[in-house]
Amino acid sequence: MSVLIENARVIDPASGFDAVAPVCIQGSEILALNAIPENFEPRRRIDAAGCWLFPGLIDLAAHLREPGEEQKATIASETLAAARGGVTTVVVTPDTDPPVDSPAEVELILRRAEQACGVRVLTMGALTRALNGEQLAELAALKRAGVVGVSNAQRPLSSTLVLRRALEYAATFDLLVAVSAHDRDLAGSGCMHEGAVSTRLGLPGIPEAAETAALGTILALVELTGARVHVNRLSTRRGAEMVAEARAGGLPVSADVAAHQLFLTEVDAADFNPLCHVIPPLRTQRDRDGLRDAVARGDIAAICSDHQPHESDAKLGPFAQTLPGISALETLLPLTLRLAEEGLMSIPEALRRVTAGPADILGLATGRLRPGSPADFVLFDPDGLTDIRSGNWLSAGANTPFFGWTFSGRVTETWVAGRPAWTAPGEDAA
Amino acid sequence: MNPGATAAGDILQPGPLPNRLQLTPEGRLRHLLTVEGLSRELVTEILDTAESFANMNEKAVKKVPLLRGKTVVNLFFEASTRTRTTFELAAKRLSADVLNINVSTSSAVKGESLLDTLRNLEAMNVDMFVVRHQESGAAHFMARHAEPGINILNAGDGRHAHPTQALLDMFTIRRFKGDFTRLKVAIVGDILHSRVARSQIHALNILQTGEVRVVAPHSLLPAQVQDLGVQVFHDLEQGLRDVDVVIMLRLQRERMEHAHLPSEHEYFQLFGLTRRRLHVAQPDCLVMHPGPANRGVEIDSAVADGAQSVILQQVTFGIAVRMAVMSMVMGVGGA
Repeated sequence: MSVLIENARVIDPASGFDAVAPVCIQGSEILALNAIPENFEPRRRIDAAGCWLFPGLIDLAAHLREPGEEQKATIASETLAAARGGVTTVVVTPDTDPPVDSPAEVELILRRAEQACGVRVLTMGALTRALNGEQLAELAALKRAGVVGVSNAQRPLSSTLVLRRALEYAATFDLLVAVSAHDRDLAGSGCMHEGAVSTRLGLPGIPEAAETAALGTILALVELTGARVHVNRLSTRRGAEMVAEARAGGLPVSADVAAHQLFLTEVDAADFNPLCHVIPPLRTQRDRDGLRDAVARGDIAAICSDHQPHESDAKLGPFAQTLPGISALETLLPLTLRLAEEGLMSIPEALRRVTAGPADILGLATGRLRPGSPADFVLFDPDGLTDIRSGNWLSAGANTPFFGWTFSGRVTETWVAGRPAWTAPGEDAA
Repeated sequence: MNPGATAAGDILQPGPLPNRLQLTPEGRLRHLLTVEGLSRELVTEILDTAESFANMNEKAVKKVPLLRGKTVVNLFFEASTRTRTTFELAAKRLSADVLNINVSTSSAVKGESLLDTLRNLEAMNVDMFVVRHQESGAAHFMARHAEPGINILNAGDGRHAHPTQALLDMFTIRRFKGDFTRLKVAIVGDILHSRVARSQIHALNILQTGEVRVVAPHSLLPAQVQDLGVQVFHDLEQGLRDVDVVIMLRLQRERMEHAHLPSEHEYFQLFGLTRRRLHVAQPDCLVMHPGPANRGVEIDSAVADGAQSVILQQVTFGIAVRMAVMSMVMGVGGA
C-alpha cells in the first residue's frame, strides 16, 4: 500500500531533520521524505497537521515472559503495550524458560511475534548453555538463527575466565555481547541501594561497588579481547563515568540505562514500596543526576525500558520477598520526552536515545527516517495527554510506580513496516 | 469485610509514609510499626501509660478488664521467648484472649503467603496482631493490607525495627535516670543487623538524648549510620568514656561465617563489656541488654549480673510497656 502523510512535524534524530514535511510510504518502506516523487500516487492520504512524526522506538532490554512465564505476560499482550507506547522494535532478553540458547527457541519467539500485533521482536541469544554461566552456547548457530547479540541476562558467569573466553569467541563472529555489571558476591542478598535509606529500613543493600567492580573487570576484558560489548542498565554515576572514560579511550563499549533510573531514587522505596524494587536498584539523587548527564552527553547512547511485567502476587509481600522489576514499555517514551521537557536535552536528542542510538548499537536499519529504510514510525499529538493509570494500561503486568503520573503528548498511531500496529482510541482507524 | 483490599489497584498506589500508616488522622496510635517519626509527646504518653501499668503489675491482683472480649494473635515467624511471652502476659493482664501461632507449626511453612495468613486469621474475627517476621517491612506490609479496625504491633521485623523493645528500654532509662537531655548513651555491638539498635536510636533522638553513640567495628555498621543521628566510635574505651547508659547488643554466631568478624575471642577482646572497661563510664552507668545475652562474647557475667545491670528490670518493664501500647492502639487508655 502507498501512503502519503502530510503536514506533520517530521523529526529524524539520525539526520537532524526537523521540519514540517511530507512522508511517502511505499509498501513496508519509506519511499521519500520532504519530497513527493512525480509518479507517486498514494492510495491513502493522512493529514497529520499538528502532529509529530518520528521513528518508532527501539527498546534494548525487555522481558516479554514468553515462553515459560505466561502467567505474567505474553508476547501478544506485551507487543500491544509496546505499540501503544510507540515502541516498534523490542529486543527480548534470553532468560525465558527454556532460555534462548538454541535456534529452536529463537524461531519459537519470532513465530509467536509474527502472530501478534506487528511490533518487531528481536532476541538476544544466551551466552552460555541454559544460562548456566559455565559452557558457551552455540553462538555461531544462534547468530545464523537471527539473534542480534548474546548475553547471560542477569545470571552470573561462573568465573572471570568464562567471560574472557566468551568475549573472545563472540568477537570471532563480530557478535555483540550484552552484559550486566553486577558483582553477585558484592550484591549478596541485597535488594536496594546500600546507603542511608537501606540503613533506615534495615534492608540488605547493594553497594555501588557491585556495579563498578564488575564494570572494571568487564572493561579490562574488552581491552584484552577487543570484543564489542554493550552494558545493560547502568545504575551509578561512577559506572557511567567509567564507560565514558573507556569510550574516550577508544574501547568498543556502549551502554544503556533504564528510563526509571533517570526519575526515581532510593527515596522512592523508603516506605517499603515494592513497586520500586528493581535490580539494579534505584540509587541516590547524585547517581540519578550523573546518569542524566551521561545520557545528555551521549556517553549513554540508549535508554531502555527494562520491562519486567509481573502478576500482582509477585509484588504482594514484604519488600525483599517481592520480585524485582517494573512494567515499563508504556512509560519509555513519556519518560524520555520528559527529559526534554525538563530541559536536559532537545526533543530530537532525547528521541535519538530511543531510536538511532539503540539502532546503531545493534546495527539495525530502523530507528531512522530515510528513503529505503523500514516505515516504522510514530504519530504523536504533542497537545494530547498520556495518563498512566490502570484503566488504560495494556501490559499484563500492572507493576509500575508511575500510575498517577500524567505526561504531555500522546501517541496517536504506531506504524510498523508501513502498517498501523496501534491506533489510539478515538482516532480514525487506518 | 473489605474485599477490595487485595485488588490489584490497591497495591499499585504509592504506599503511605510510616506515620500515615500507623497513626490515625487525629495523630493517635493505630498500629505500632516503628518508632521513627513518632512525636516526643506520643512517646512520652506511651511511657506515662506504661508507668500506670507498672504500678499495677506490682500489686497482688494484676488484671484489668480493658481488652475483655478482644482477641490478640501473637504471630511469630521467628523464634522468640522473651518478646512473645511478655506480649502474651501483657494481653492476658488486659483480659484479652490470646492465640499464639508459631511458624514451625503453621501453614506458612507449607507455602502460604503472609497475606493469606493475615486474611485467614482476619476471617476468625481477631482484633490485633503482634507480628514478628524475618523480613524488614513485614509489619508495614500487614498494616497496609489489614482490614480497617485491625491493629498491628510490630514485635520485630528483619533488621528494621523492634519498637516495643526500644520503648521498654526508654522506660527503663527514664525510671533510673529521669531527664534524657543530659544523658550520654552508648549502643555497642552489631548495629548492622540490629532492629533493636535502629529503634533505640530513633527513640533516644526523639527524647532529645544529649548524645547517642554507636560503638562497633566498621564491618558491623550499616552505610551512613551517622545519618541516623549518632556519634560513631570504633574503640570501646573511647566510646564508653563518661556515658550514663551502655546498651550491649547480642552477637549472632553466624557473623563469623560471613566474614564480618574473625572470632568471638577477638570480638570479646575488643568489644566485650567487662568491669575494667566499665570504669571509664560514669560510676552510676546503667548496663542494659535486650537479651538473650551471650555471656563471654559481648558481655562478662560479672557485669551482666552486677550492681549496675538492669537487664532483668528491662524484662519486667517490657510487660507494662506492651500493655500500654496494646491499650493505646485499642483506644482504651491506661490503668
